[in-house]
Amino acid sequence: MAKRSNEPLLWVLFSAGGVVAALLIPVNLFLFFLAFPLGWIDAPTYETLLSLIQHPLGKLYLLVLCTLPLFHWAHRFRYTLYDGLQIKHLDELVNTFCYGGAIVGTAVAAYLIWRIP
Amino acid sequence: MATYTEYPPRGYRVRMSTYWWLGKWPYLKFILRELSSIFVAWFVVETLMLIKALSDGLLAYAEFQQFLQNPIVVALNVISLCFIVFHTITWFNLAPKAMAVRMGGKRVPDVLIAGPNYVAWVVVSAAVAWLVLRG
Amino acid sequence: MADKIALEVTRFSPERDKEPRLATYEVPLRKEWVVLDALNYVKDKVDGSLSFRWSCRMGVCGSCGMMVNGEPKLTCATFLTDYAPGPVRVEPLKNFPVMRDLIVEISDFLAKLTKVKPWIIRKDEKPLSEGEYLQTPEQLDTYKQFSMCINCLLCYAACPVYGLDPLFSGPAALALAQRYNMDSRDQGTDERMDILSQHDGIWGCTFVGECTEVCPKHVDPAGAIQQYKLTATKEWMKSMLMPWKGK
Repeated sequence: MAKRSNEPLLWVLFSAGGVVAALLIPVNLFLFFLAFPLGWIDAPTYETLLSLIQHPLGKLYLLVLCTLPLFHWAHRFRYTLYDGLQIKHLDELVNTFCYGGAIVGTAVAAYLIWRIP
Repeated sequence: MATYTEYPPRGYRVRMSTYWWLGKWPYLKFILRELSSIFVAWFVVETLMLIKALSDGLLAYAEFQQFLQNPIVVALNVISLCFIVFHTITWFNLAPKAMAVRMGGKRVPDVLIAGPNYVAWVVVSAAVAWLVLRG
Repeated sequence: MADKIALEVTRFSPERDKEPRLATYEVPLRKEWVVLDALNYVKDKVDGSLSFRWSCRMGVCGSCGMMVNGEPKLTCATFLTDYAPGPVRVEPLKNFPVMRDLIVEISDFLAKLTKVKPWIIRKDEKPLSEGEYLQTPEQLDTYKQFSMCINCLLCYAACPVYGLDPLFSGPAALALAQRYNMDSRDQGTDERMDILSQHDGIWGCTFVGECTEVCPKHVDPAGAIQQYKLTATKEWMKSMLMPWKGK
């Protein structure tokens, strides 16, 4: 019996990331990166936002928001490179770039969140 | 004459073009859906920048706001929002296919699985907005 | 309505030609004619060397799949009048090597189909005296859609992943594997899992969904594959979290 692939793990991360991205990214993108900077909606004060992210639940929220979608990107982009640029023969390089990138991003996210004063 | 092989590599084959996805609108829609993942990654990068700016103090946060007001960044974020909403809609519409929920011996129609997802999206978005805006 | 329509047909004779070319024939444009009728008209009256596969001419055998104006179609179910005033381009099914004219080499598909073991696998056989394996209508309903596949290979022609990745099993093979996995009489899910869980079995599928769009029998192979991904993932999680559970 040949060894079963560990692809299911990557697929689960992709799916979880996809759900988080679908549910949470639109409102966060709209508020923090469009409505507030452009003045469409009155932005909360710096102090308010800081206190939000200092709260343990806020940190957990940010951790989920900044890690799972990266694995969603990694898996999807890997297959886009395979099928779009037809570079499946470079699969080791592609996998390292994609999943390695997601892992690095996760580490950076964890560090930045830990670093919140 | 060529020798016999079990799956003879006979026949004329054309290599698939790198631009195969431009051939049909459904293929293009598929590639656009897949490319939305790039804007997902961009959002994460931006959010990490925001966290760092907030942690670094009022000045850093103000500078980050300036960055966000740059027309190029604004355009990028508008495009990102479009792609990410496209991701959300295609995701919710396709999820029922993977789940194949059966109740009472019959398959539940896809729209009854997708519907609650959209409702959850609205509820969660409203909750986040309320938490952030209530001050 | 005009009474003639131009048919552009791929001609390729491996002994003579380096690569396929298009030849144009004028065929009568009859209201009730399908593309297959037009091809048979050419073979009967114009050029007897035109080669193509067909059989039942009513959409159940799966033999006559070809590309009509770039879309995979059963030529016995595609009306000429839908393409008036023409021309109608008839080419061999995409993503398969072309053997001659409109005939493609499908042995790759047959190998992949055999590999997924599309038959009832039993770990224990009931003796004949105990009668048949019974199945309720609800149990039949869970897999019936996937059993409607006629192996016409239109889904393979529509699937870009199959065109790009020679190791991908393809929509029909996976839908048929799922058809047997979900059959209540079957006990072979584990056996098939070993084959399908290989990286290139199902995981190459990126849910483009075109296979489902072109299927003339509404089999929904894309749905079958996504359902199988979920099943395989659940099995994988079980084996990771509870490795002591034997087969």
